[in-house]
Amino acid sequence: MTAAAQQDVAARHVVVIPTRFPAPRAWWALFLLALCLLALFLISVAVLFARGPGVWGNNIPVAWGFPISNYIWWLGIGHAGTLISAMLLLVGQQWRNSLNRFAEAMTLFAVMCAGLYPILHLGRPWRFYWMAPYPSTMGVWPQFKSPLTWDFFAVLTYLIVSILFWYIGIIPDLAAARDRAKRRRWQIFFGLGALGWRGSAQHWHRWRQSYGLTAAIAVPLVVSVHSEISLLMAAGPVPGWVSTVFPPYFVLGAAFSGFAVVSMLTVWLRAMLRLGTLVTPRHLNMLGILLLATGLMTAYGYLAEVFTAAWAGGREAETMWDRFAGPYAWSYWGAVILNFVPLQALWWKRVRLSPIPLFLIGLSVAIGMWLERYMLLVSSLYRDWLESSQGLFRATFWDWSLYAGTLGLFLTCFLLFIRFLPVISAFEVREAAQEGGDG
Amino acid sequence: MAEPYALLAEFDSPERLMDAARRLREQGWRRLEAFTPFPVEGLDRLLGFTDDKVARAMLIGGAAGAVLGFLMQVGTNLDYPLWVGGRPLIAVPAFMLICFEMLVLGAVLSGIGTLFVANRLPRLNHPVFAADRFDLSADDRFFLAILADADFDRDDAGKALAALGPRAIIEVSA
Repeated sequence: MTAAAQQDVAARHVVVIPTRFPAPRAWWALFLLALCLLALFLISVAVLFARGPGVWGNNIPVAWGFPISNYIWWLGIGHAGTLISAMLLLVGQQWRNSLNRFAEAMTLFAVMCAGLYPILHLGRPWRFYWMAPYPSTMGVWPQFKSPLTWDFFAVLTYLIVSILFWYIGIIPDLAAARDRAKRRRWQIFFGLGALGWRGSAQHWHRWRQSYGLTAAIAVPLVVSVHSEISLLMAAGPVPGWVSTVFPPYFVLGAAFSGFAVVSMLTVWLRAMLRLGTLVTPRHLNMLGILLLATGLMTAYGYLAEVFTAAWAGGREAETMWDRFAGPYAWSYWGAVILNFVPLQALWWKRVRLSPIPLFLIGLSVAIGMWLERYMLLVSSLYRDWLESSQGLFRATFWDWSLYAGTLGLFLTCFLLFIRFLPVISAFEVREAAQEGGDG
Repeated sequence: MAEPYALLAEFDSPERLMDAARRLREQGWRRLEAFTPFPVEGLDRLLGFTDDKVARAMLIGGAAGAVLGFLMQVGTNLDYPLWVGGRPLIAVPAFMLICFEMLVLGAVLSGIGTLFVANRLPRLNHPVFAADRFDLSADDRFFLAILADADFDRDDAGKALAALGPRAIIEVSA
């Protein structure tokens, strides 16, 4: 059998994975772990609601603390799914067909975790709808010149667009799963999800238009969303944040952290669901290259940041030195080392092709980027222009438990996704194989 | 017998389907449709599906979204003026980001909305689902259909399809 024919067979098998799940024990073990973390999430939120944000380490001057740095971290991870799916579709990189479905699912769940953070951080989360412009009896409107309002619109748009893009992408595979399912309850489940898709030429014609155009618009959307987040910081006069490098630095860092998580998920799913025919060493290689490239671009952001601070002098330079050697130096050097040192191994093809090293490098980058978000936020806020606005930030137990809880929320959603839905875009793989593409 | 909806011919590769569709078009058949497990390049043009409703809806939706987004920001600022540091009330550059987000939202909602409306989805029951072997259309079979209309002649259509050498010919009643 040729490689294309093998891929075709494997892709046809993907849609029946949920009905004949190959690794039920491993799945249950992970799912129980995820549920424990999810319970921790619910407890942390309940404690927060009962006792208020005082349970966290947040205080003046570091009023943002964990919720906002984790928000940036989660959202950044989400962006990689859209980039893999939309950007690589537009430039005709057909190998993305094996990765886009679960990368987009990762996007959805990461954006969900991200979106919860600012709401929980409000203090009065039940009033989050005040961010929306609706005619209220108070007669006031949101401040449209504030990055906070921009952010609300950006993240909401991003969430809606990601859900729709993912959903129209999965409909044809749900239809295939519906037609292949033997048991009644699976037929009903997939049948409802597929909305009666029947693969007619006219349907495909319009589907292609909307899929391609949504992809084209999703790429600038990603850039706008994370640029806006960087403006939350860069638009104010806080030392260490006022820099024009921030928007691209944030977008690239987001892509970097996201590709790291995609690499981890790829290695994991490939082993657990035995997807070796569809997710080949070539995919690992490409992910390694993407990770290395975005990593080097992020490293450039670090250099540019140091350069601007040194060039500006004054308080900017003081903040820079403080990051190098102050109380939060561990987060700066932790970020630099975890982000860029193991990454260099990816220059060797042999490393890029080995799943376990790739997974470990991805993990190192995910942690490194978390440290970076933390460092950027805390090391600037804790030491402002005024003596009165200085004070160290220390995370509390509830800070950490909520963070672990969001990991549980993500993992629970992702495990449900791989258990019940086609994890790879089967029809796109088959189309590429049919057209003699290199899959 | 029930009213016919269409006559289906089953093929086992997209090339054979394309070839068959081309021959039917040459013979003058116009009410054709195909059912395939994945999009087949060029098939839509061959069958005469060239509408660009989705693209047009995205253009209009995007423009409407951007304009409404801008007007919303102007309107709310005029309705409740917040004078801060002598900065202009209508600060166009500051409004552009939300304009862009609303452009994206308008384009995507109207484009995907049009996809569903124009394709008449969701529709969980459809005559073709009752046809034998149609469940293979999402797997590895490619179906070409001659749709029935008022002066549909079952025998003519059957002969035309049989001449294409399909694996099977399946009748679909409405």
